[in-house]
Amino acid sequence: MRAWISARTTKVAVFLLALVPLAWLATHRLGPNPIETITHTTGDWTLRFLVFTLAVTPLRKLLGLPELIRYRRMLGLFAFFYGTLHFMTYLWLDKFFDGAEIIKDVAKRPFITAGFTGFVLLIPLALTSTAASIRRLGGKRWRMLHRLVYVSAGAGAVHYYWLVKSDIRRPLAYFALMAILLLWRIVPASSRASS
Amino acid sequence: MPRERPIDVWNEVTPKNVYLNRRRFLAGGMLAAAAGKLMAGTRLEAASKSPFSTTETPTSLDDITHYNNFYEFGTSKDQPAKLATNFKTSPWTVSVEGLVNKPRTYDLDTLMKLAPLEERIYRHRCVEGWSIVVPWIGLPLKALIKQAEPQSNARFVAFQSFFDLRQMPQARWAGIAFPYVEGLRLDEALNPLTLLAVGLYGEVLPNQDGAPIRLVVPWKYGFKSIKSIVKIRFVENQPPTTWNLSAPREYGFYSNVNPEVDHPRWSQAHERRLGDFFKRDTLMFNGYGEQVASLYAGMDLRKNY
Repeated sequence: MRAWISARTTKVAVFLLALVPLAWLATHRLGPNPIETITHTTGDWTLRFLVFTLAVTPLRKLLGLPELIRYRRMLGLFAFFYGTLHFMTYLWLDKFFDGAEIIKDVAKRPFITAGFTGFVLLIPLALTSTAASIRRLGGKRWRMLHRLVYVSAGAGAVHYYWLVKSDIRRPLAYFALMAILLLWRIVPASSRASS
Repeated sequence: MPRERPIDVWNEVTPKNVYLNRRRFLAGGMLAAAAGKLMAGTRLEAASKSPFSTTETPTSLDDITHYNNFYEFGTSKDQPAKLATNFKTSPWTVSVEGLVNKPRTYDLDTLMKLAPLEERIYRHRCVEGWSIVVPWIGLPLKALIKQAEPQSNARFVAFQSFFDLRQMPQARWAGIAFPYVEGLRLDEALNPLTLLAVGLYGEVLPNQDGAPIRLVVPWKYGFKSIKSIVKIRFVENQPPTTWNLSAPREYGFYSNVNPEVDHPRWSQAHERRLGDFFKRDTLMFNGYGEQVASLYAGMDLRKNY
């Protein structure tokens, strides 16, 4: 199992698997409102990859498979990748790069503000995702910085919650998953501190 | 095997753009076919030429029937087409009641004979920011109202949709209360644009579009055009309406299409017509100002959203 997780071919397979949503968008009829389908699909996968990324550390410990760390950066960068596609879809296909409209939207529409915040917070994390950045910043500062991923994921879930009209099951599911993953980290840490 | 509805044959043998262009001439013939089955004595010449019809290209039947907000059958746009297939729409009755001299429970066939069926090609603008053009078939609501004889204190008309959790199990997740209810001021209901639709594209209304009978109020956001109506009640006071009950700040009783009054969460200045790449400007009263602006003279439409 451990050798399999560490194998280069497995990593390539996961990489290709992560591109499946994009391939699906590129090859399917996207229904009566294709731009909406693109927007929703890229948004959904941004949130999913954020959850996958946040799940890596808990899973490593629960399953006793520290090798899973090899996938965390890639999953996080895929969250950023789909987030970028989602943001570009909004800028281009929804707003057609109308700067005034976009500024008004970000300032006036809370759900856009939340989504925009979530995306912007991912930028420094993507930029400092290299091993060289970890060395430059030092592990402690790097970890502090990368805790922003929780804020970003939370903002993403708020963005989703504020945008649906009445059926809130899916946004609530994201909140629940993120809360569990966050609590899993907080609770053991505090019990360690008190013992 | 002979087809029940000749319109289906036209759809299959004729390229879409051709039949779309021809459709206005054919409408009479199609309705004749429909009339043979559903009703007798409809004036078909009038049916093909409603002065209220837009000359814009209708949205494809496929898009109109696979992009539906019909929360009783699920909150995704593609769910109603799948989950309403077995929806039982016959027999069907509509109860007309309240402050009227002639309350009555109509069966659908009788109701459809209250006035000649007309084809009305209307723009339809959803509050979510998309729009379609639909070739409805129906009769003016006014015909039914005249028949019912509202009393002098009747000022509003309240509508109620069919609801049955056994046929609509997805409804429990919709996040809004059912049965769905809507309402109009009596003068809005009497406006000649206000339609009771029983069909579209020369066919009986598809289940997912609100079969067998629905309201169409083309100058208001789509959610005002209540589907699968079972009750029409004349009342003195403004009746409760489903989306207003769900989020009063976001969905008002009037809900007239208005590019200048934004939804609290998104702009209403533009819309995407299904099938278009670029968005277009949304028109005041969805382009029906000439017929309906006078209904709201002197009203603050920002307050009465």
